[in-house]
Amino acid sequence: MFRRNGRQCVATFAVDEVRVLRKVAGEVVGLLTDGMDHTDPVVSRLFPDIYPERPDDSAEFRLYTEGELKTGKIDQAGAILAALPDEGEGEVRLDGEAAEAWLRAINDARLAMGTRLDIRADTDLAEELDEAVLHDPGSSRVFQLSVYAYLGYLQESLLNALPEIE
Amino acid sequence: MGGMALPQVAPVETPEVEEAPAVDRPWVTIVWDDPVNLMSYVTWVFQKLFGYSREKAEALMLDVHNKGKAVVTSGARERMEMDANQLHGYGLWATVDRD
Repeated sequence: MFRRNGRQCVATFAVDEVRVLRKVAGEVVGLLTDGMDHTDPVVSRLFPDIYPERPDDSAEFRLYTEGELKTGKIDQAGAILAALPDEGEGEVRLDGEAAEAWLRAINDARLAMGTRLDIRADTDLAEELDEAVLHDPGSSRVFQLSVYAYLGYLQESLLNALPEIE
Repeated sequence: MGGMALPQVAPVETPEVEEAPAVDRPWVTIVWDDPVNLMSYVTWVFQKLFGYSREKAEALMLDVHNKGKAVVTSGARERMEMDANQLHGYGLWATVDRD
């Protein structure tokens, strides 16, 4: 989890955390680069229609803006990959700009996972996880839910570690 | 639409409304509630992107959370499109509409 150290946000990650963060950031990059499928609910959540009731206007707007938006999202996920230790455990130190990229990228990863996991407003994450563990502790759903919860704590810790906005 | 036996009713347009100057009818950027985004993150985005005070950003975030949506900026259409696009960069669910 992140803490403030001078003007930087600092965290020490264990081997498993580094591995998980690499995996989720890599998955976001993959989703954005492998010829995006607009019928995928994750893609529609990351690139919402700007005019929900006017598909033509939304499509036209998308034509001019989506490329840049996509590049921005790839870059911010790349900021996670760039700051992580190459292998094993290690410390990550983020200045203001890198911290912002991390916040945005963690958020994209949570949006993608939350959509796949069908997280809703009334979802109790702890309850959901207990249920999944009872069903099959080794399932991919248990892993995905744990990672989703972990990313939420990590994002919150980074928000708390940021210097106050003036 | 109407049955064939009905006489054609002439103009359906209401020119007065259509021709009202755009300036009088500003556009708005709306942020919608979302089960994933953290409340603290949404507040931070409003401060960061629009330069709102913490109080104002928090009040807007609570509106989004409690009422399902909130108008976060208003003005010229192009400006609202830019705001919504930036909000998408931060992962917030934003749309543009007429006030």
